Amino acid sequence: MATTAYDEMYLAKNGGARTQYRRYSEWLAVQPADRLAQKRAEADALFHRVGITFAVYGQEEGAERLIPFDIVPRVLPLEEWIRLEAGLKQRVSALNAFIHDIYHDQQILKAGVIPAEQVLCNSQYRPEMQGIDVQGGIYAHIAGIDIVRDDAGEFRVLEDNLRVPSGVSYMLENRKMMMRLFPELFSEHRIAPVDHYPDVLLDNLRSVAPTGVADPTVVLLTAGAHNSAYFEHAFLAQQMGIELVEGQDLFVRDEAVFMRTTQGPQRVDVIYRRIDDDFLDPLVFRPDSMLGIPGLLTAYRAGRVTIANAIGTGVADDKSIYPYVPEMIRFYLGQAPIIANVHTWMLRRPDDLAYVLAHLPELVVKEVHGAGGYGMLIGPAASTAEIERFRRQIIATPERYIAQPTLALSTCPTFAEAGLAPRHIDLRPFVLSGRGRDVTIVPGGLTRVALTEGSLVVNSSQGGGTKDTWVLEN
Amino acid sequence: MLSRTADHLYWMSRYIERAESLARLVDAHYRMSLLPHSGDTLAESLQATMTALHITEAYGAKHAALEPRAVFEFVSLDRDYSGSILSCLRAARENARAVRGSLTSELWVTLNSTWLDARVLAVRRSPNVDIGQFVEWVKERSHLTRGVTIGTMLRDEAFHFTRIGTFLERADSTARILTAHQTDLEPGADAGAVPDPYQWSVLLRALSAFEVYRRVYRDVITPFKVAQLLILRDDMPRSLLRCCKEVYSNLKSVANEHSAETERRAGEMHALLHFTRMEEITAQGVPQFLESFLARLRDLGDRVAHDFLVPPAEA
Repeated sequence: MATTAYDEMYLAKNGGARTQYRRYSEWLAVQPADRLAQKRAEADALFHRVGITFAVYGQEEGAERLIPFDIVPRVLPLEEWIRLEAGLKQRVSALNAFIHDIYHDQQILKAGVIPAEQVLCNSQYRPEMQGIDVQGGIYAHIAGIDIVRDDAGEFRVLEDNLRVPSGVSYMLENRKMMMRLFPELFSEHRIAPVDHYPDVLLDNLRSVAPTGVADPTVVLLTAGAHNSAYFEHAFLAQQMGIELVEGQDLFVRDEAVFMRTTQGPQRVDVIYRRIDDDFLDPLVFRPDSMLGIPGLLTAYRAGRVTIANAIGTGVADDKSIYPYVPEMIRFYLGQAPIIANVHTWMLRRPDDLAYVLAHLPELVVKEVHGAGGYGMLIGPAASTAEIERFRRQIIATPERYIAQPTLALSTCPTFAEAGLAPRHIDLRPFVLSGRGRDVTIVPGGLTRVALTEGSLVVNSSQGGGTKDTWVLEN
Repeated sequence: MLSRTADHLYWMSRYIERAESLARLVDAHYRMSLLPHSGDTLAESLQATMTALHITEAYGAKHAALEPRAVFEFVSLDRDYSGSILSCLRAARENARAVRGSLTSELWVTLNSTWLDARVLAVRRSPNVDIGQFVEWVKERSHLTRGVTIGTMLRDEAFHFTRIGTFLERADSTARILTAHQTDLEPGADAGAVPDPYQWSVLLRALSAFEVYRRVYRDVITPFKVAQLLILRDDMPRSLLRCCKEVYSNLKSVANEHSAETERRAGEMHALLHFTRMEEITAQGVPQFLESFLARLRDLGDRVAHDFLVPPAEA
């Protein structure tokens, strides 16, 4: 598998570096090993000092770990980026149209494009959202679309993330780190900047405030310092110049939301929430949630507060709905998808189930409601026992699973124990939507890398790392 | 700003100040322990200080006897004791972490590095721990933190609540340390007798006032003047007067609809110290004065929490 994977940096065997990597590979070739080692140690120490950490579940000491950062950048040529960007905008526009549709007239269900029960009986579908008109018709203000490159060099969407996509802070900090470690690379290359992300996001969030509010107050709602992505919450709030609040800081009075300040209650217009739907309002969703604000839905329904991303987007990034996204693009936009999906078998369909059961050792099987790389079977890497266990699970509840071919994800040279070696990567660009504004994507995104040889699991919560992503302007 | 944020900043500052205060105390006593013939005075001073700071019980739970070396290590590095310097540095950092968006990145990095380095130092075991070096390092880190705070923070609410926490804590520690020596500060306590040099050097060093005393008074050390320096002198950065002045001034900057009474009480404390003469305090009795002062300070802290922060009952 690794032998047939597309190498981001080098042309097929005995070839030199790809055009976009030419200057970089020349630079790399003359770097003394100890200089690079020293730079890597410097990055490590700086990330620690600044506290750019992530809580990793299942680790003994629990608290904090660095997300490993690799100093070899992932470089994209401009023409590839332009096409990717167009495909992402198209996809997110269709997804927003889809979400609006299923909470209003449900045309796509009436047209029979997607079986109605897959949407309406989906655990992420929120009946509470039916008929609510959100500002600008935008549900996913921030979308993290996971992109992989297959062995033919084609980009494909692996997964959509429309609820609380994370990782942008690492994209921003990685760029700062690279500029600090290797300023000479930035004078030799024209790399599209990324640091305007917080400004664009803030502008978009303000654009979706309830109509008539002259100077909207935006806040970022976090579950608190013990949440795994807290660093990002604090970072973004600070970069945008908005308050970082927890549920306990807010209250609802007269269908409006207020925060408790040293000067008394202050009105809140837009909530950029980094908490799942389930925890947002104990009066409506999970009653045991200590993280939310009682009565928030009342204010939301009254249109007195905007929530970004909107409640109920989870149905659209559900793995059981993912296979229909190309159809959504055709249905709502009348266009052919610019970026393809990964071929997906839906095990709720008898034919697909039969095929998958017969080919388990070759395939990747995912739980429809899994996340973060957990609950997944990677056929080629699994033991016979694991495969059998999964087979039983699948047969018991086939509708809970989808399967995809094991992709040879593209690789990028990465520092491993023995030196530079190819490691599988993916890309998560962040797609921003606002009212009366073009959909904006900051060039590049977060490149995640599986640090173990041959591993396809890039998620930070399972020990993956990240790289800086460059879109070259020349 | 959010009440919860102000609360974290306030407590972050109190813990930083507490760590510094403890470091000075340990440093002063440690230096004394290196001098010959200081044994009795040292033991007495340690005992009195530990009582004033409520350390005795926690220490007693782990150690049978009052042994200076063990006390220094306990107060500096004990992981389980919530009042140790180590614990204070951790608490300061955890409070800062909760509101790092309100701090300049330089301040956050300073606090975070202090904690990370302290944790490394704390792993060493006696006799490998050099207490003298440790507290010296803590003092240096305090200077750095103070410099970064004053040098980089915008003079906004975050800054003011940070200062309120700092000066309430400083007033509290100073008053308590004075309490530990209160019998010696009574007039006539050493009438005619030669003042014990060790005794005063400990007190003055703990409040970074040893050299200052000399500059101000150029005189033999007398209890009256020591008390005056540490309670009433406006030009002494650690005096009770100075602390009250700062608390009052910062409270005025953050006034809200409900804080008028709290502000008045802070102003009153400041004014009383500003216009009192040392003779009046000694007439009242230094211990009585300190007790009353600490009570008013406690009341002020409660009111600040209620008016601006997260009141203890709801927290």
